[in-house]
Amino acid sequence: MGRYVIRRLLQMIPVFIGSTFLIFFMVYALGDPVAALFGDKAPDPATAARIRRDLYLDRPLWQQYLHYMGQIFQGDFGTAFNGQPVTELMASAFPVTLRLTVVAIFFEIVIGITLGVVSGLRRGRSVDTTVLVLTLVVISVPTFVTGYLLQYLFGVKWGWVRPTVSPDAPFNQLILPGIVLALVSLAYVTRLSRTSIAENVKADYVRTAVAKGLPRRRVVTRHLLRNSLIPVVTFIGTDIGALMGGAIVTERIFNIHGVGYQLYQGILRNNSPTVVGFVTILVIVFLVANLLVDLLYAVLDPRIRYA
Amino acid sequence: MPEPEHPAYDPLQPGQGEAIAPTGQGGPMDLALDEAESLEKTLGDQPSGPREKARSLWSDAWRQLRRNPVFIISSLMILFLVVIAIWPQLIASGDPLQCDLSKSQQGSAPGHPFGYDTQGCDVYTRTVYGARASITVGVCATLGAALLGSVLGGLAGFFGGWGDALLSRVADIFFGIPVVLGGLVFLSVVTSTTVWPVVGFIVLLGWPQIARIGRGSVITAKQNDYVQAARALGAGNGRMLLRHVAPNAVAPVIVVATIALGTYIALEATLSFLGVGLRPPTVSWGIDISNAASQIRNAPHMLLWPAGALSLTVLAFIMLGDAVRDALDPKLR
Amino acid sequence: MRGATHAKWAACAVAVVLAATACGGSDSGGGGGGAGVVSSSWGDPQNPLEPANTNEVQGGKVLDMIFRGLKRYDPKTGEAKNMLAEKIETTDSQNFTITLKDGWKFSNDEPVTAQSFVDAWNYGADVRNKQNNSPFFSDIAGYADVHPASGEPKAKTMSGLVVKDAKTFTVALKNKFSTWPETLGYQAFSPLPKAFFTDHAGWLNKPIGNGPYTVDSYTKGTGMKLRTWDGYPGEDKAQNSGVDLKVYTDNNTAYTDLISGNLDLVDDVPAQQLKNVKNDLGDRYINQPALIIQTLTFPLYDPQWGKEGMENVRRGISMAINRDEITKQIFRETRTPAKDWTSPALGEKGGFSATLCGDACKYDPAAAKKLIQDAGGLPGGKVTLTSNVDTGSHRDWMDAVCNSINNAIGEGPVCTVNPIGTFADFRNQQSSFKLTGPFRSGWQADYPLIQNFLQPLYYTGASSNYGKFSNPEFDKLIDEANQESDATKAIGKFQDAEKILVTQMPSIPLWYQNGSAGYAERLSDVALNQFSVPVYNEIKVS
Repeated sequence: MGRYVIRRLLQMIPVFIGSTFLIFFMVYALGDPVAALFGDKAPDPATAARIRRDLYLDRPLWQQYLHYMGQIFQGDFGTAFNGQPVTELMASAFPVTLRLTVVAIFFEIVIGITLGVVSGLRRGRSVDTTVLVLTLVVISVPTFVTGYLLQYLFGVKWGWVRPTVSPDAPFNQLILPGIVLALVSLAYVTRLSRTSIAENVKADYVRTAVAKGLPRRRVVTRHLLRNSLIPVVTFIGTDIGALMGGAIVTERIFNIHGVGYQLYQGILRNNSPTVVGFVTILVIVFLVANLLVDLLYAVLDPRIRYA
Repeated sequence: MPEPEHPAYDPLQPGQGEAIAPTGQGGPMDLALDEAESLEKTLGDQPSGPREKARSLWSDAWRQLRRNPVFIISSLMILFLVVIAIWPQLIASGDPLQCDLSKSQQGSAPGHPFGYDTQGCDVYTRTVYGARASITVGVCATLGAALLGSVLGGLAGFFGGWGDALLSRVADIFFGIPVVLGGLVFLSVVTSTTVWPVVGFIVLLGWPQIARIGRGSVITAKQNDYVQAARALGAGNGRMLLRHVAPNAVAPVIVVATIALGTYIALEATLSFLGVGLRPPTVSWGIDISNAASQIRNAPHMLLWPAGALSLTVLAFIMLGDAVRDALDPKLR
Repeated sequence: MRGATHAKWAACAVAVVLAATACGGSDSGGGGGGAGVVSSSWGDPQNPLEPANTNEVQGGKVLDMIFRGLKRYDPKTGEAKNMLAEKIETTDSQNFTITLKDGWKFSNDEPVTAQSFVDAWNYGADVRNKQNNSPFFSDIAGYADVHPASGEPKAKTMSGLVVKDAKTFTVALKNKFSTWPETLGYQAFSPLPKAFFTDHAGWLNKPIGNGPYTVDSYTKGTGMKLRTWDGYPGEDKAQNSGVDLKVYTDNNTAYTDLISGNLDLVDDVPAQQLKNVKNDLGDRYINQPALIIQTLTFPLYDPQWGKEGMENVRRGISMAINRDEITKQIFRETRTPAKDWTSPALGEKGGFSATLCGDACKYDPAAAKKLIQDAGGLPGGKVTLTSNVDTGSHRDWMDAVCNSINNAIGEGPVCTVNPIGTFADFRNQQSSFKLTGPFRSGWQADYPLIQNFLQPLYYTGASSNYGKFSNPEFDKLIDEANQESDATKAIGKFQDAEKILVTQMPSIPLWYQNGSAGYAERLSDVALNQFSVPVYNEIKVS
């Protein structure tokens, strides 16, 4: 297993180079960012040319890329247009978003799997139907609306929680945003675990376990759930990165200065250091998450082995 | 590459033998229990292995489906939606682009049961006319992503090795591309006003997720003893994959695809919001939902109807997916 | 083995969580500001906070608190009043002698001298410093030496700036510019302390100025705490004990914090909440004209729009737009239908005229249709409006304008919108003259002068003349107006020039943009200046 992990870690190197180049190229394709720095006024040509030269924007793409990579290996991820080093942006954005993601994943696991198990065990009953209806609501109402409504009800009308998150973003303030962020994924997790449970509940090993006189609770958690979790775990693995990079709407509603916001700003302003830096970290998060998921397969299903 | 080995190539592998040993000691110890499970799986699955019914797995499923009321209801709903998408004028007489700003956000009025949106357009007419673009985007993007994802993911999971590593890492890079960036780059160069660039883009972003799910589920399914048995009996790769692995691995893919259908329709709205999605005169639920979202405190009816139509569509496909999955699962019969 | 894996997994999770929390640090508490401190919404400034590099409202807010220049625009009337300037004298509208008042100093006790201004202006003009606002110094003699169109600058200072003594300096302009002293209220002309040049990075982290507030702490991307400077020598001392600026990424969130009591002041009420403002805030809502106008500019470089006779089509399109209905329904009266090419914030005295555009800016679908048809119809039978859609609610009004045009012409969807994803992309298409239909152009004046609404936008070859409008008569009138030393006569000339725009219609005036703000009950004396920035120093906290 150790050799397997090392091999997977080594694979990160080509992925790192490939993804930085791809993203660098995409930001390049967005066009010249300099004109937009001047607001509604026309850019002064001499100043704009000077900025372009200092940012290496007047060079061909491959030179820009090599220059950028050269800087990265010296630990310099470049600066955003407001003069802030990208490393500083990442240091402030990633911890906040990571905490938000942890909260969201927590709710996905706890609520999603619970609802999935309950509705899977009671297929076709009213609980199952209720969960289905909730799923439909969550899918068809945009996050903006659910986020805004929950914020308004809990934060403004009833005053149970702070409607916005303070800059430090402690866990207790991230509960509501975490739920909002988790909602759509909750639908997936619930449906996936419901289906898996429904599929496995008739399996012979469950029947045997029940026949053996094991308590129902034990049958469900030990036998049924464990064998049903692989698709759910896979989904959550793919979701981690999506939650971290795609929380733009949730972060806006609750005023969280996280990865989604910085990435969005970087993209709108065509700032390649910000975008490439953040996306590269996100890709690494994906790689690690998927490695963990693959390792978890072996934990959940002992028949799967890695050499 | 190093992906999962196939411990049961050799049925007498020590691991398997040990698993059988402690049978019957269903005590509290984790190890014993888990091993008991494997055994039970081994014993239980074999008699109902698809080998027996191989003559007609898919036709069996079809027979099963036809008798399932859930399947019939969902098919009728989908048929209805398709008819509306093709001939919206059947149930809506107005013009979705005929708007009168002075009626902005007004509630329902005679002849306009759903009220008006911000631009003063009739919400009912727009909801009916929006079906075409939204259903095309949703269904085509889901089909595309599901086919591409499950084929690639399935092959990767089944064969493992370098192909799996390559595919998984490519998928990782795709996961990393932010929707906003991808949309702005790929779609802003397109000038076509049809739905196809949007569909293509969603497939491009959507397949890795389904590939991951499909891969994971194939990795589990191929460990099953009946698959190993089939291999022992000399079944070829193609036959094993199609006959034995695919039907047992397809459930999670169906689940994810049916929900993704709804999120893809919503994703189209995000793209429109960014200025790179569908463009007028195309009418879509996504555009209307995203326009209505910010007005939720002022005119909730603007959101209710297109979102309701979207729910109905997703419901129909979730029901259909459930029915198909049930039909493919021999244990549930 | 399996147990061990479980434990490892759990340990990993815990480690991740701990790492994440550890970076959090202490809770800074929320809620409104402390006793006497105003908490106000803010956006992250786009550029480093140098006076000559700040050209948008968010950075402008801070500069308005920590700097005072030679002149300051009266927040109510917009009149440029002497602040640090004792007097600004000229005999020929080209050479000016500026004398400073006594007693002014920076908050680090360094006195404000003539040198503080000259150094700041030379810094702002130097192309090596890449300051966005450098063109503001382009009227000064010697600008080309520090800011050549290409190549390295020949000098570090502009020859037109000469320090006479600690309190006096002279400015020589390249051309006559009678209203030049009126432009000196703009923030780019602020003085800078020595620390700005000796410890630039330190200054950027904690700017030092000569205004009524000092920067207490500045966390980029999060907020800034400003405190009243007790030693402030000016008349306009702060009426509160400080301002806490908090960065919001969405104005709707800031509004939510306002109505739930976590914030005192929001200076940008989101469009979707305008309907609820009366209900939520009562009379604690400000909606007043600002120096901003939105127009649709025609690409006159494209012969199908620029050729002779098309001015009637352009006029017809202007008359097909129902400005009243759009400003009412889409903007809820936070825009005012435009009646000329300036802004009501200038005042009638400053050159605003509610009658100048006349019928050409009035909604008249029948006349519009006839005008367009008689002039040969829309080029190719259709018209496409272009704007970026990443900021503001541009999509909404573009749809509404198109619907209005389509309803007036009555030939189906001849008007379509062309949304562009990013401002950068839009600006690049605009400045490379690639657009083939009318496009959005917003203009926020830098100083309350009619000249600033006309010359940069419509003078032949002017920097922001994106439609390439060129009219010799217009240019001649602008030149004459700039040389006119009598203010009233000069404004008359500018208005004569503006009348040419009515017949030529190089751009359609859509509406004037208002500044809007909402505030908490504990505040009073809240007002916005012409740049829609709150006048923080006058706010009282109870």
